[in-house]
Amino acid sequence: MTALLEARKVTKRFGGLTALSQVDLDLEEGCIASIIGPNGAGKTTLFNLFTGMYPADEGEVTFRGNSLLGLTPDQITALGVCRTFQNIRLFANMTVIENILVGMHSRVPLALWHVLARGPKFHREETRLWARAAELLDVVGLRAKANELARNLPYGDQRRLEVARALASAPSLLLLDEPTAGMTQGEAQELMALLRRLIGDYGLTILLIEHNMRVVMEVSDRVTVLDYGEKIAEGKPAEVQKNARVVEAYLGRKKWGRAAEAEHA
Amino acid sequence: MSWRTIPAALLNRPLPAAVTVSAVIALSSYSVAHFPRSILVFLLFQASILLLYFARIGPWLKGALAVLTLGILMPVLGTINGYYLEVAIQVGIFVALALGLNIVVGLAGLLDLGYVAFFAVGAYTWAIFGSPQANKFISEAVLKFPLAPEWFFAFLVAGVIMGAVTGILLGLPVLRLRGDYLAIVTLGFGEVIRVLANNLDKPINFTNGPKGITPIQRPPLFFQPLLNALGIDAPATALYPLYLYFLVLLIVGVVTLVNRRLEDSHIGRAWEAIREDEVAAQAMGVPLVRLKLMAFACGASFAGVVGVLFSAKQVFINPESFTFLESIGVLAMIILGGMGSIPGAILGATAVTVLNLQVLKGLSLWLNELRNAGVTILGYNLADLPTQLEPAKYERMIFGAILVLMVILRPQGIIPSRRRTRELGEK
Repeated sequence: MTALLEARKVTKRFGGLTALSQVDLDLEEGCIASIIGPNGAGKTTLFNLFTGMYPADEGEVTFRGNSLLGLTPDQITALGVCRTFQNIRLFANMTVIENILVGMHSRVPLALWHVLARGPKFHREETRLWARAAELLDVVGLRAKANELARNLPYGDQRRLEVARALASAPSLLLLDEPTAGMTQGEAQELMALLRRLIGDYGLTILLIEHNMRVVMEVSDRVTVLDYGEKIAEGKPAEVQKNARVVEAYLGRKKWGRAAEAEHA
Repeated sequence: MSWRTIPAALLNRPLPAAVTVSAVIALSSYSVAHFPRSILVFLLFQASILLLYFARIGPWLKGALAVLTLGILMPVLGTINGYYLEVAIQVGIFVALALGLNIVVGLAGLLDLGYVAFFAVGAYTWAIFGSPQANKFISEAVLKFPLAPEWFFAFLVAGVIMGAVTGILLGLPVLRLRGDYLAIVTLGFGEVIRVLANNLDKPINFTNGPKGITPIQRPPLFFQPLLNALGIDAPATALYPLYLYFLVLLIVGVVTLVNRRLEDSHIGRAWEAIREDEVAAQAMGVPLVRLKLMAFACGASFAGVVGVLFSAKQVFINPESFTFLESIGVLAMIILGGMGSIPGAILGATAVTVLNLQVLKGLSLWLNELRNAGVTILGYNLADLPTQLEPAKYERMIFGAILVLMVILRPQGIIPSRRRTRELGEK
């Protein structure tokens, strides 16, 4: 398998705070990988670097061999990397389907004069866009609510709409920042089932930040653990679960516990 | 039965609506023809156009009635009372300005407090070359100014381009700014343009400074030979207002069409996404820089083209026409009408201009007449009213009050922007 996304020695500092330090990450095509770690470990910062929202201080990030550092977020989206946000950031006063349509922006082959002239090409493209948007709404089960304002949706629907909006840009890599936050276990399972379907249907690769451990352990092919901006473990879910440093990062060091024993061993 | 029932019954069903609207239009235009000096009946005529907008009648009938009222009745009434045509032209100019600002502020959410600068740029573009002014920095040996009136049409296009270019020039440095910071910089930009116009009379005299530029060429009466051939011998002074009215109508029509097409496309949706959440919009693939500049350029180009028309209509312009208060006035129009709403911008611009030019002035005149006649109301002799009490002077105060009331009672504006919905069909 080839690496879709490669991060090499990525470092990001905010003043005196090192949010990420020398992080390496390889993402293989067609897998679901998760990043976990305690709060403030640098997970979202890593996403922000991948999507061009912050510049990195050191290191290199490549996607299909193209460097992503220095590109603007919209250029990165056009290359095929799209994300969702930890705190939902929908276009609140636009309808559900309009949110999806905005997500397609980078795939609209129309120029200003097409819009002003309203020729056959414009109408053809518009029809195609709306049809595809409706299709995506079917995928996440929101078609019946297509004309509702995004801000009027219940929380779970808003999360799913964010996923659909990101899918609208036809990405090959989807970055999901805590997609199941605030969901019940049932809703979370449903969403994960959906994601697994998407990998098959759209040839997606998914990178996930998640706190719901049951979800992480169930769906991930690979798990990366960050703590204080450093990668402390990586591997298959079961391996990571047993890793002493991970247990320590999450539960703290015990004077007479398994973690301490593991360290001495 | 609430008070809303009767108008709803009359306007919501096609046949009663068509009859009502036609009757109101006929009655009001007949009244205007008979009482050409009564502001009230002219307001009724304007209200009939609004009624036409709200009536639920077929698009063809609606279009035909709109052509009848705006294309025939209005010019006819305008020849009966010339001032009405002047009002209509000014309304048209402000409608175009409001529609342009609506793109920048209403759709893209970029608060621009210096919008009138683009209007000034358009106006000066024609004023300088459509008057002898240009000979103050270009030798007469090279080219003799003013340019022939026919150039006016080329300068309408030049106004669009100049507006767009200045829009981009303003847009570039403010790309990273949002909200309050953007508002302050655009406010400053508006002032810079006005101060430039005020001071660019030395060392080289471009704008003639505070004295302003005059006489500016009017648009060419290219159709006069045709009228003469038809046996209509109208003097140019009678033709110009009508001509300008139709030019304004044409420009407003084009601007409205462009506005609607932009709004209902991926560009308009991207602008709205920027307004809603800039960061998310960019992360979803909206090229922020390009679309922000496009919003500034589109809005500014509308102002540029009406600026050219404005200077041709006024024959004289000076920097006083382009003060900060004008920018605020246009902003007030779209807040009143409804941010991001095309019919709202049109209604807001009309309401504010009419209030300004007719209602307040009319009230002042009326109060004066009462005062002079010495009418007594409730034992109070109106002749004792202080002369300072003159509604026309309270224009800004009344706008302020209206805006405050709007923000409290109906913050979305009179005709709020409606989400376009589409039937997607069941699946």
